[in-house]
Amino acid sequence: MAAAPSRRPDAGAALSDEAYEALSVESATVVQRTSVWSRLARNWSVRIGGVLLALLVLIALAAPVLGTVDPALFDPGSRDLLPGAAGEIMTLEGETLKHTFLMGSDSFGRDIYSRVLYGARVSLVVGIACALLSITLGVLAGLSAGYIRWLDGPMMRVMDGLMAIPGILIAIALVTLWRASLLTVVIAIAIPEIPRVTRLVRSLVLSIREEPYVEAAISLGTPRYRIMFGHILPNTIAPLIVQGTYIAASAILVEAILSFLGVGLPSEIPTWGNIMAEGRVQFQQFPHNVLFPGIFLAVCVLAVNILGDGLRDTLDPKMAKRAG
Amino acid sequence: MLGFVLKRIASTIPVLLIVAVLVFLLLRLTPGDPAAIIAGDAASPENILRIREILGLEKPLPVQFGIWLMNLLQGDLGESYYFKMKVTSLIAQRLEPTIMLALVTIVITVLIAVPLGVIAAWRHGGWLDRMLMGFSVMGFSVPVFVLGYLLIWLVSIRLGWLPVQGYRSVAEGFGPFIQHLILPSITLSVIYIALIARVTRAAVSETLTEDYVRTARAKGLPELQVLMRHALANAAVPIVTVIGIGIALLIGGVVVTESVYGIPGLGRLTVDAVLARDFPTIQGVILFFSFLYVMINLLVDLSYLIFDPRIRY
Repeated sequence: MAAAPSRRPDAGAALSDEAYEALSVESATVVQRTSVWSRLARNWSVRIGGVLLALLVLIALAAPVLGTVDPALFDPGSRDLLPGAAGEIMTLEGETLKHTFLMGSDSFGRDIYSRVLYGARVSLVVGIACALLSITLGVLAGLSAGYIRWLDGPMMRVMDGLMAIPGILIAIALVTLWRASLLTVVIAIAIPEIPRVTRLVRSLVLSIREEPYVEAAISLGTPRYRIMFGHILPNTIAPLIVQGTYIAASAILVEAILSFLGVGLPSEIPTWGNIMAEGRVQFQQFPHNVLFPGIFLAVCVLAVNILGDGLRDTLDPKMAKRAG
Repeated sequence: MLGFVLKRIASTIPVLLIVAVLVFLLLRLTPGDPAAIIAGDAASPENILRIREILGLEKPLPVQFGIWLMNLLQGDLGESYYFKMKVTSLIAQRLEPTIMLALVTIVITVLIAVPLGVIAAWRHGGWLDRMLMGFSVMGFSVPVFVLGYLLIWLVSIRLGWLPVQGYRSVAEGFGPFIQHLILPSITLSVIYIALIARVTRAAVSETLTEDYVRTARAKGLPELQVLMRHALANAAVPIVTVIGIGIALLIGGVVVTESVYGIPGLGRLTVDAVLARDFPTIQGVILFFSFLYVMINLLVDLSYLIFDPRIRY
C-alpha cells in the first residue's frame, strides 16, 4: 500500500505565504513518496534473503559448469570418500575421469558435491511450484467464499476440516496413493496449504468488498467477475506475495522431509532429502553425507523465510504488526 | 457457561465429520481399485474380494461412506493387511512413545519459550530480544532431521553423553527413559519454542502498554509481580491458543523425529506404513492425529474460561 502522493492543499490560495510554507514543509516530511521497489531495496531482510536466494538460484542454474559431474555417475572405486579426497569417476561411456570429491562421496561412489548442487534445482522448483499452485487455488476458493454468499459457509467448513488434518500427513497419504513424481509431490504438498490462503483471501475480500469503489462499481452494474478480478483481486496481491514466500519455504522443507522418509521423489533424482536419506545409514562413520545437503537445505529455507519477513514488513505492515 | 461449553463441544462435530469425508474421499478418488490399494502390494485375490465385500464397493458412494463411518464411530479403523492386525491395536501399541515424546517436548517448550518471550517483551529491542527474534527465524528454517543429526553427532557421538538412538519405556526406570528421550525432545522443541516465544513476546508487549500495568508499577509492586500477575496472566489466551495450533507442527515433527532417533511410536509407524504402502494404517493414523488435534484445540478453547474470566458466552 504505497503512501498517498503529497498534494497541494486546495485552500492554498487562501493561506498566507508563511502558513503555506509551513504546511508544505510539514506535508513533505510526513508524506514521503517512495516507490515499493526503493522501500524493498532499503530493507535489510529483503537484501540478505534476496542475495542468499539469488546465489542459490545461480548455483542451481550454473550447476553444470561449477566443476560438477553428472549426479547419477558413480564409481565403485570411489566409495565413501571424505570431503576433499581425490578419486575417479566413471562416465556413462565407461571412461574413468580424475575427480576431486569436494564434499566426499556416498556409498555408491557418487559425488556429493554434484548431487547437492543439482539438488538445489529440485528444491527451488518445488518451492516455487507449490507456492504458485496453492496461491492460485486458494485465491479462487477465497474469492468465491468471500463474494458468493451461499458458498461461504460450506467452503469454509471444508477448509476447517482440511486444516484439522496435519499437513504433512495429507502429503504423505497422497504421495502413497499416487506414487511419487515431481508433479504428484508438488500437488500433495500444495493441497494442505490451500486453506490458509483461502482464509487470508476471504478475510481480505470481506473488508475490501465494503470499500466505496466496490460499491460504486456494483451500482454501475459492473459484472461480478470483473469486480472480483478487476477491483478486489489486485488489492490482495501484497499479502499474497508474503504468504507465497512462506509457503515456498515450508514446501521446500516438506519435500525434503518426504524424500528423507523415503516416500518423496524417486531416489535416482538428486534431492537434498534423498541424499540425506541415503547417507543416514552410515551417518556415524560419514556424517558429511547428511551434513552438507542439510546445511544447503537450512540456508535455502532460511533465505526464503528472511526474504518473507522483509517482504511482510515492507508490503504488508498490518500483518507485520500482528506477527509481532 | 455450560451453554458455551456445550456449544463449543458440539462445534467439533462438523469439523470431525468433514475430516472423515476428506479422508474417505482420499482413497475413493484415487484411480484404481480401493480394495486392491487397501490389501496392499502382496494381496491374494481372495483378500481383495473379502475387502470388496467389507467396504461394500458395489454400493453407491454415500452408502459406502455410511458403512465406513459406522465402523469408525464404533472405533473400528479397519485392518492392516501388512501388519496383520487391527489398526486400532496397532495404534494403541505405538502410542506410549509418541505421547511421552510430545509431553516432554511441550514441557521443555513452555519452560523455555514463555520466560524468553516475557523477558524479550520486557526488554523490547534489547540484545536478548534481538537474539530471540533471530533464533526464531532460524528455528523455523532448520529442518528437524538436520538438527536431529547435528545433535546426535555432537552430543552422542562426539561427546558421548547420551545414547545415540532408541527408546526406553518409563516402566524400565526414569533414568534410561529420560536419557533416551531428552535429545529427541530438544530437537522437536526448537521450532515450537520459536513459535511460542514469538507469540509470548508479542502478546506480553501488548499487555505491558495497558493502564493496569502502569497502575501496578505506580503503586510500587515488584517488577516480577507486574510481569507475571499483570502482563503475562492477561496475555495467556493468545499464548495458549498458539500452543494448541502448534500441536499440528508437533505432529509433523514427531513423524520425522521418531525416524531420526529410532523411536517406535506412531510417527515411525506412519513411515513404516508408507514404505509398505499399507493404506489402512496410514488412514488410521491420519484420523487419530486429526481427532487428537481437534480435541486438544477444544480443550484450549475451554481453557479460556480459566485464563480469561471475562469470557462468558
